[in-house]
Amino acid sequence: MALAGQDTNVKRRDASGPGQAERFPIVSMVLLALTFIGMMISIWMIFLYAPTDAIEGDAQRIFYFHLPSAIIGMLSLGIVALGGIVYLWKKDERWDWVARAAAELGTVFLTFALITGSIWGRTTWGTWWTWDARLTTTLILWFIYIGYLMLRSYMGRTPASARAGAVLAIIGLIDVPIIYESVNWWRTLHPQAVLPLGSSPQLPLEMLLTLVVAFITFTLLFSFLMVQLYQLEKMQTLAQQLRASVE
Amino acid sequence: MGLFALLVLVIFNFAFDLRVDNRAAVAPGALWVSFVFASMLGLGRTIAAEREKGSMDRLLLCPVDRKAIYLAKLLGNMLFIGVVEIVALPIFAALFNVPLLLGPLLPIVLLGTLGIAAVGTLFSAMAAATRARELLLPILVFPLIVPIVIAAVRATGTLMVPVSNEPPWLGLMVAFDVIFLSISMLTFQYIVEE
Repeated sequence: MALAGQDTNVKRRDASGPGQAERFPIVSMVLLALTFIGMMISIWMIFLYAPTDAIEGDAQRIFYFHLPSAIIGMLSLGIVALGGIVYLWKKDERWDWVARAAAELGTVFLTFALITGSIWGRTTWGTWWTWDARLTTTLILWFIYIGYLMLRSYMGRTPASARAGAVLAIIGLIDVPIIYESVNWWRTLHPQAVLPLGSSPQLPLEMLLTLVVAFITFTLLFSFLMVQLYQLEKMQTLAQQLRASVE
Repeated sequence: MGLFALLVLVIFNFAFDLRVDNRAAVAPGALWVSFVFASMLGLGRTIAAEREKGSMDRLLLCPVDRKAIYLAKLLGNMLFIGVVEIVALPIFAALFNVPLLLGPLLPIVLLGTLGIAAVGTLFSAMAAATRARELLLPILVFPLIVPIVIAAVRATGTLMVPVSNEPPWLGLMVAFDVIFLSISMLTFQYIVEE
């Protein structure tokens, strides 16, 4: 972000560009309110409503934070790639803002998922990390996100940067299933303390309900932050345009 | 580059203290790490000369398809990496005292190199546009070539110590190469476009 201003080599766009951004639009307000309510309900459900796991104890409650953030962090790459594809097709830079915002959020959510997963793994499996297919793929996906953000930050706010980002996101999205499959093949031959991951076969209804509510809350949080970041991208582009016009 | 690959092999020899009992486990990994590192050095120069001397515009003005430019760059990179591998392989066999099964090893090396070069050529064109070219290229490429590295190392290892019931690593490499060669050909135009 800090590098955004350094590259002023951006073309002047039409004057019909984004006008004065609304200060706090109604969508953000509604999303913020819903996220807040959802968080309160989720916290109550996670810590009071959901039953304690018989084997894992209270440590299992981190699952309600871990799974939604992991899933959203992964799906985020789909949004980045989608934004990239539409950008390459329509040449509309708003789609690039979407892609960029989703990449930043995906990184945050995936980092959170890796950290919570690691803590959960420590208490449950007795190890911080195992080279299981799902964990490895998540870590590599995280590296792809970081690479994306670094590339975008180094290239500045130019159309070339947007195109490069789009290409990287498309290739990353196609690569992730292949990485998963290859790590799976690699590890199935060396079953070293790979315990079955994720949920037990049948979650009790209360746990499932808590999970659904937590998932909805995380989705709301993601949407709220997404709108904010999109606005931020818009304003930064505008600021850069203005700076370029002055210089 | 060739010298660099050799040095990586020598360093590996120290890092893992190669003995008879662990040689088969370590040697394929050492070989491919040195190949990957050496390829990164070569790949980093793909578009660098054009960017430095400003001849990129002229290259793009050529009345040829962008796909042709990409394939030509890929071929050049393959040749460079190939020369390094030809030099490094016999010395690898000598240093690590493993039999050099050139016949069956050839398709593995070729497919692995193609996969690394296909992704690497595309991303080096991307990274060349930034100031942090040398840093950015491996950061972008290493995560993406994980399947190729796994497949190549496992396939090479299987050659040295035959293991039954091994997944089709060569098939995975072929699939990876085909997929990423086609995507890179299609998307290369978006990266070099000014």
